[in-house]
Amino acid sequence: MGYYLAMSTDNRPLSPHLQVYRPQLTSLLSITHRGTGMFLAFSSPVLVYWLWSIAAGAESYAAAQHLLGSNLGRFVLFFWSYSLFYHLCNGVRHLAWDIGAGLEITTLYKTGWWVVVISFALTLLTWVIGYAARGTGV
Amino acid sequence: MKGLRTPLGRAIGLGPAKEGIGHWWWQRVTSVALIPLSLWFVFSVASLVGAEYQTVLDWMRSPVIAALLIMFVISFFYHLQLGIQVVIEDYIHTEWLKIASSLTLNFVAAFLALVSVILVLRVALGG
Repeated sequence: MGYYLAMSTDNRPLSPHLQVYRPQLTSLLSITHRGTGMFLAFSSPVLVYWLWSIAAGAESYAAAQHLLGSNLGRFVLFFWSYSLFYHLCNGVRHLAWDIGAGLEITTLYKTGWWVVVISFALTLLTWVIGYAARGTGV
Repeated sequence: MKGLRTPLGRAIGLGPAKEGIGHWWWQRVTSVALIPLSLWFVFSVASLVGAEYQTVLDWMRSPVIAALLIMFVISFFYHLQLGIQVVIEDYIHTEWLKIASSLTLNFVAAFLALVSVILVLRVALGG
């Protein structure tokens, strides 16, 4: 009995059960990486649909432009673009870790915030280009 | 128990998907390829917003653009397959369901990649 009590009071590290795990930047970024990856995967038929609409002719292309340009279409495309940039930026972080770089806690937080900032900036840039292109009809 | 096989021989081909380090390596190869390819793709499509149909056709008929598009879709769907494979292995613990999900994933990803390549080629090679 004393043995088990001693074990339970031993200050051993616990595995991070999500229900009791205090959210922090590093864990949120990690979960978001998987979440954005899943979203990109499940919305990939939209990419095929876009390619199909071009191959199928002017009418289907116009229909696709109409559908993707609708409010729902733009909503999905906005999250698609953000997910892609997020997954890309955080993916670069993963590649750095693979070669053993950037694993110090302070660096993890610094690069984590960079991922948040750069992914938003790239999304914003994409949509500025999109709306500018639409305006000029290029 | 002592055996004749070396530690390396026992490790090769293992892992939840029974394919050793191949998965890990190709996930890295496709992610490196997708950095320039996906940036190029998204900004190209953004600049094509509202374009005339003929403009989009001319764009896709350029051999360089068509080749880049094909490289993009192949890397994209390969990376997608490798990524979801890991999610399946993480969350599905019933063996037959895990195998069925993996097979379905492989077929769907390969199918979407092939259809994409054929569509790009149809536009690029079409009259």
